[in-house]
Amino acid sequence: MSEVNAAPKNARPNVGDVVIDVQHLTKKFDGRAVVRDLSMQVKRGTIYGFLGPNGSGKTTTIRMLCGLLTPDEGTGTCLGYDIRTQTDKIKTQVGYMTQRFSLYQDLSVRENLEFIGRIYGLENPKAAARAAIKRLGLSGREQQLAGELSGGWKQRLALGACTLPSPQLLLLDEPTAGVDPKARREFWNEIHALAADGLTVLVSTHYMDEAERCHEIAYIAYGELLVHGTVEHVIAASHLTTYVVSAGAGVLNALSQDLTGKPGVDMVAPFGTSLHVSGRDAVALEAGIAPYRRRADLDWKKAEPSLEDVFIDLMSRAQDNFK
Amino acid sequence: MSHIIPSEAPRRRRGNGFWRKTWAVLIKEFIQLQRDRVSFGMIVMIPLMQLLLFGYAINTTPRNLPTAVLLQERSDVGRSILAALANTGYFRVTELPSTEAELDRLLASGKVLFGVEIPANFERSLRRGEVPSMLVIADATDPVAAGSALGALNRVVQTALVHDYAIPDAGAPAFEIRTHARYNPAGKTELNIVPGLVGTILTMTMLIFTALSVTREIERGTMENLLAMPITPIEIMLGKIFPYVVVGFVQAAMIIGVGILLFNVPVLGSLFVLAGLSTLFIATNLSIGYTFSTVAQNQLQAMQMSIMFFLPNILLSGFMFPFAGMPVWAQWVGEMLPLTHYLRIVRSIMLKGATLSDLHCDAAAMAGLMLVAMTIAVSRFRRTLD
Ligand SMILES: Nc1ncnc2c1ncn2[C@@H]1O[C@H](COP(=O)(O)OP(=O)(O)O)[C@@H](O)[C@H]1O
Ligand SMILES: [Mg+2]
Repeated sequence: MSEVNAAPKNARPNVGDVVIDVQHLTKKFDGRAVVRDLSMQVKRGTIYGFLGPNGSGKTTTIRMLCGLLTPDEGTGTCLGYDIRTQTDKIKTQVGYMTQRFSLYQDLSVRENLEFIGRIYGLENPKAAARAAIKRLGLSGREQQLAGELSGGWKQRLALGACTLPSPQLLLLDEPTAGVDPKARREFWNEIHALAADGLTVLVSTHYMDEAERCHEIAYIAYGELLVHGTVEHVIAASHLTTYVVSAGAGVLNALSQDLTGKPGVDMVAPFGTSLHVSGRDAVALEAGIAPYRRRADLDWKKAEPSLEDVFIDLMSRAQDNFK
Repeated sequence: MSHIIPSEAPRRRRGNGFWRKTWAVLIKEFIQLQRDRVSFGMIVMIPLMQLLLFGYAINTTPRNLPTAVLLQERSDVGRSILAALANTGYFRVTELPSTEAELDRLLASGKVLFGVEIPANFERSLRRGEVPSMLVIADATDPVAAGSALGALNRVVQTALVHDYAIPDAGAPAFEIRTHARYNPAGKTELNIVPGLVGTILTMTMLIFTALSVTREIERGTMENLLAMPITPIEIMLGKIFPYVVVGFVQAAMIIGVGILLFNVPVLGSLFVLAGLSTLFIATNLSIGYTFSTVAQNQLQAMQMSIMFFLPNILLSGFMFPFAGMPVWAQWVGEMLPLTHYLRIVRSIMLKGATLSDLHCDAAAMAGLMLVAMTIAVSRFRRTLD
């Protein structure tokens, strides 16, 4: 597809290597900065995962990228077009899947798709809608009202809707929230197939397993982008040391309360029948947990921190900074 | 993280707690009402507006009605009669046409409600004791408006000649006033009301159709999707208005059809012109409704704005009460309302057989209002979610 291709500024958007390139974006609502000094680059053909707790500014950032919100500070381009002044151009090339289902509930599947086809000026909206219905596996449901579809089908329809005009960039805002595991898996297979065709995908999510399916991830908390890179890079950069403790059910809860707040222990998180105990300073952590390691009813193992451990740690650190 | 559930559970009161729960809902409703500033404003504005309009602007025995006087001779007696007309308080001479054709046109276009004609040689006939007659033509499309004024004409005969112009006092009235009710000689109120209803019904239905269109998209969350697509505010507006123009047209045809069939309302003028100007009126109201929709925060507000707009339309347009009888300020407000112009148009075409050239002012006013509404709507339309 599009290999290295040193593009001049404001070149046609389908050359060039970097699809999203924004610097120092800040967005305030009622004087409160919801996104602060955010810079990011996304290369063509990558699946870029956007992670962060609720209210951290993911949706706001995505909206700034597609021209639905105007940044208060900062500049940038999306598909080579200025996100402040050329939003009309951006909109023709971007497929945006909103966090909340936002197709017309009182239109049928087919009517929704045809509507979108007409707005984007497809030559034959009816045929395009028919093809999309087939591709999405929605055959037999095309007459059903969109509002009556179940969560998984709604999500498929929404994905079909935003890919219908064959955009260059997909912005997917928590596309798999509330969707069952099988549908999620199919959804991700779809995303990878699209990316292999050269489509760039920015996807926000809460699910760690989904983060691991992205080429690159970025973590945002309290409006600030804290870390970005490949999953391996993000885990390595966290400098976390993690121990996994296994024990009987009754014991773990008490242990968790004991360990929380001990010097060197920055984080204690239950995972089923085990407990993840992590610290930023390996030496301090060893010292902190030493008395417990001798207990016979506990089984301690040193482990690689999970992405979730890293994110929870990042968040609590950001929280400390924020206060 | 782990302290969501309190360690010590709060105690609950005993009993069913009917009033307590009612109280809880009541408090919630009050808080929500307070938050919704516009609704709160409406609670004050709607009754106040109704009271003021009913109290000050509406006059069921209208005075100072616009009158055109055609003087075929210039004489002191003529002037004295005009003064007596004005003294009744019902007539206000606004036009002095010089030909009968001009007088007819003034009546047909609705510029004046009365035409007074004092024939040539009037004074000479008086002096000879011949009891000459003058003609008063009333536009009786609105029988209520014309009625009381015509009733006051007797007084004119008695008071006009109190000053002595050396006219022989024969004991009997010195001259005679012939009245002629034009357009609705039988004084049937339904002839006036049915065309008025066409406009009123259209106003209400058209406003509601579009007033909800943008707020509905916002409330259902579909606006975010729509705004993310390559479409301009003008395209959205026209796309939302056009279907209802067709709906409104069908509705107008239905009301007029029923009026003709059941109430025997005539259509003296051209149906084609009526259809064209009705379409313009429909589009104007749709644009105004759409404008509300772009200004309102939610559907309730949009509905309330429509009602706020509908009230003066009913009260100040000449639908319920004679337009000419309203104070000047109220007439100015009335001129800003599309229904005022449409009522003139629809009544003139149906009852007077008026043509487009009689009505071009009202048509232009409606078109102007439509453009103003559309301009506001497009400029108010928020293209982002900021
Ligand atoms: N239109 C808005 N007006 C005011 N505050 C907003 C608006 N949109 C978002 N916010 C606030 O901005 C913060 C970030 O929101 P959002 O971008 O939706 O976060 P996320 O998508 O990561 O959950 C939240 O605290 C939210 O309340
Ligand atoms: Mg969000």
